[in-house]
Amino acid sequence: MLRGARVRDDKDFSGCSIFGMMNLRGEKFNGDPMITAIANMKERSNGLGGGFAAYGIYPQYAELYCFQLMYDDQAAKEETEGYLKDSFSLEGAEVIPTRSCEGVSDPPLLWRYFLQPRESIACDLEDVDDFVVRAVMHINVFIDGAFVFSSGKDMGVFKGVGFPEDVGRFFRLDEYEGYIWVAHGRFPTNTQAWWGGAHPFNILDWSVVHNGEISSYGINMRHLEMYGYKCTLFTDTEVIAYAVDLLVRRHGLSIEDMSRVLAAPLWSEIDRMPAREREAHVALRQSYGSLLLNGPFSIIISNREQMIGLTDRIRLRPLVAGRNGDFMYISSEEAPMHLVDDTLKDTWIPHGGVPVVAELIKPAAREEETGGKVLSISGAEPA
Amino acid sequence: MKSYILPQYLVERDDYRCIRCEVCARQCAFDVHWYDEEEDAVFADESKCVGCLRCVTLCPTNALVVRHNPTQIPPNANWTGEVLRNIYRQAETGGVLLTGMGCDKGYPIYWDRIVLDASQVTNPSIDPLREPMELRTYLGAKPDVVKVGRKGGKPSLETRLTPQLRLETPIMFSAISYGAISYNACESLARAATEMGTYYNTGEGGLHRNLYKYGDHTICQVASGRFGVHADYLEVAAALEIKIGQGAKPGIGGHLPGEKVSAEISRTRMIPKGTDAISPAPHHDIYSIEDLAQLIYALKEATHWEKPVSVKIAAVHNSAAIASGIVRAGADIVALDGIRGGTGAAPTMIRDNVGIPIELALAAVDTRLREEGIRNRASVVVAGGIRNSSDVIKAIALGADAVYIGTAALVAMGCHVCQKCYTGKCNWGIATQDPYLSKRLNPDVGTRRLVNLLTGWSHEIMEMLGGMGINAIESLRGNRLRLRGVGLTQEELDILGIKHAGA
Ligand code: SF4
Ligand code: SF4
Repeated sequence: MLRGARVRDDKDFSGCSIFGMMNLRGEKFNGDPMITAIANMKERSNGLGGGFAAYGIYPQYAELYCFQLMYDDQAAKEETEGYLKDSFSLEGAEVIPTRSCEGVSDPPLLWRYFLQPRESIACDLEDVDDFVVRAVMHINVFIDGAFVFSSGKDMGVFKGVGFPEDVGRFFRLDEYEGYIWVAHGRFPTNTQAWWGGAHPFNILDWSVVHNGEISSYGINMRHLEMYGYKCTLFTDTEVIAYAVDLLVRRHGLSIEDMSRVLAAPLWSEIDRMPAREREAHVALRQSYGSLLLNGPFSIIISNREQMIGLTDRIRLRPLVAGRNGDFMYISSEEAPMHLVDDTLKDTWIPHGGVPVVAELIKPAAREEETGGKVLSISGAEPA
Repeated sequence: MKSYILPQYLVERDDYRCIRCEVCARQCAFDVHWYDEEEDAVFADESKCVGCLRCVTLCPTNALVVRHNPTQIPPNANWTGEVLRNIYRQAETGGVLLTGMGCDKGYPIYWDRIVLDASQVTNPSIDPLREPMELRTYLGAKPDVVKVGRKGGKPSLETRLTPQLRLETPIMFSAISYGAISYNACESLARAATEMGTYYNTGEGGLHRNLYKYGDHTICQVASGRFGVHADYLEVAAALEIKIGQGAKPGIGGHLPGEKVSAEISRTRMIPKGTDAISPAPHHDIYSIEDLAQLIYALKEATHWEKPVSVKIAAVHNSAAIASGIVRAGADIVALDGIRGGTGAAPTMIRDNVGIPIELALAAVDTRLREEGIRNRASVVVAGGIRNSSDVIKAIALGADAVYIGTAALVAMGCHVCQKCYTGKCNWGIATQDPYLSKRLNPDVGTRRLVNLLTGWSHEIMEMLGGMGINAIESLRGNRLRLRGVGLTQEELDILGIKHAGA
């Protein structure tokens, strides 16, 4: 369906399945287990949207931004390419390879571009990432029929209308190799389906898959608008991605503190904290109250180095985590983790509002950062 | 001169029920009732009745009924009874028509044209009796960015926030001066605010020394007359408020008649006993926005940058632009007072015709501050006709951080909105300095009634929040998607920034 024909509800309402899998040493694997895992939670989606994000898949262009776009028509493509050429140097432009697949029909034109801001422009920029975000916003808001659904480096989002396993096969994910993968199956309550509305939602390196509904959406959106983000998709997920981008990339909060904004501790808990901690938490809630995500959600947020699982503070949606050697899993349900990893034993249910953070162990820093431990996972239940 | 004004009310006494106890006669400061020993009967001079219902409420045998006088001038859409009454009154006195409380005209009350959302299926509603439900609110400037470092693995704050007011429920008591209301009423407000973890506002009449102990829950106002403003007054407050305007009388000053300036008031206001206390219309040191900035910083400097400074304005046509200027001038809080805001005394024509409804002003200000990217730099507090918890929650969803209630608080203490506050004869012991009348308001009872009101409203707000699947008030603040308009024009919807119900 064309974007212009969508009904404007306040936002999308949907229930969902989410699944994330990461190799902490950065060793890559293809998209097959992801398809297997997400297909196992078919109950949680209804064929109106599925998608994946994969990190580490474009090593040959690792320093370039990869814009993946969907176009309604050729005119939108021409206009977008004209816009991009004005300020970016395009090092590569290609059709995103797909195969025909039952259950996936009427795809838009799917293109990807490897690019970076022109040198003459980049040297004047205070922050190249901000410039890229503005370009993404411009295309999504002002170019009719064009939509950037992925804009990070060495990563890509693949999503569309259909069951996630079909969308995965359509995008030939078995042919990509990445070290972090996340997947999403969608159950929207409204029947319209638009390819751009599927998850993951992405901005720069951040991807978000999300199960739930954000009751605070209206104010989250208005707050982000003050910082130049335009919520064009009317999805909770978009709001989460922008909030993470604002808090972590632009405002420099740690992942833990960012989680403390999105799923803030209750005032009664804050009041009981030791003075220094309390002071920090009070200030975070005072200042970022408009970014508190209220309502049921479980999400997986990922970037090139981390995969983070988080639920709302009173834990109204499911989330399970697991680890086995170098592999880390975060999922709506436990079963698919065992399905793709039959030696997996260590699984747990994270507390509401407490993030599960899986971090890439960088080769050089491996020993000292982890204090000799093999894994770097926080948020895990103490053994 | 014979008055041509017909009595507004009729006082009907059931002689069979009346036990001649004379309660009504003693209670009425307007001298409506009197007992005639010879006839052993109680009579009423209805021309004096203001309809405050004090006698009806206290009559031990329910012998009294006060109702509108059915005698009316011939029906006329232009020359209504009220219009004629005003003309007669002025023809008989040559004065400016005075009144009390807020505008009673039928301008649209947008609160009643806005409905709230609730969760169904896709999002569970939350039961506030079983789950935490947070109303705590902080007023004050919020930084654009908060930097948090790490010390020993624990977060450690690097960005110092400017002073904040902590409210356990987003409802405060509006500015009502000592002078406009009795000491007992002031004490009730101060104690209730303290007990509820919120704030009351002194208004422009200074602060009685006995109430300094509630300073942590007191917002001290600095108005154009500067009554009672001195170092201790500024020091004792939790926050300061510069009063530029008031919703009931935008653009004009205030006048407390000399009769009301008793010894205590004279001491508190720092003016001679028995002299009129006249607040000029503007602050004579604020003729422009940069002058306002100077006063804001002077007050901050005088209080060692330890207290937030609020600036209160009446809601007028350009409130949005003015509010933006106020925020840029350094205010931590912008207080907006709408056309329905109350007063102890105001010229009727001004009260009823100047200013705009608070709902529209609030929506416009919140939108403008967001468009300019400065909404976080000040909190927005609204006043002027907040009647119940649903008005509060709608105000918050439109974008307010908190509300001020004035009339509702007085009603909780017994006020029956007779609009005769300017006479100083309030039979309920509120808007009066007459010790015989003011002792009718027992501060213990006044406090309890106010605490009960805020408790009830807070519970209702929690229920409504829970119904929307929200467990912290900040997730509703400015969340206009949870509101819908009913029967509003597109223009009204656009200003309010909400959709029509069904859309
Ligand atoms: S208060 Fe009631 S009973 Fe007492 S004198 Fe008045 S009307 Fe009669
Ligand atoms: S405060 Fe007293 S005088 Fe004023 S309206 Fe209320 S009851 Fe009447």
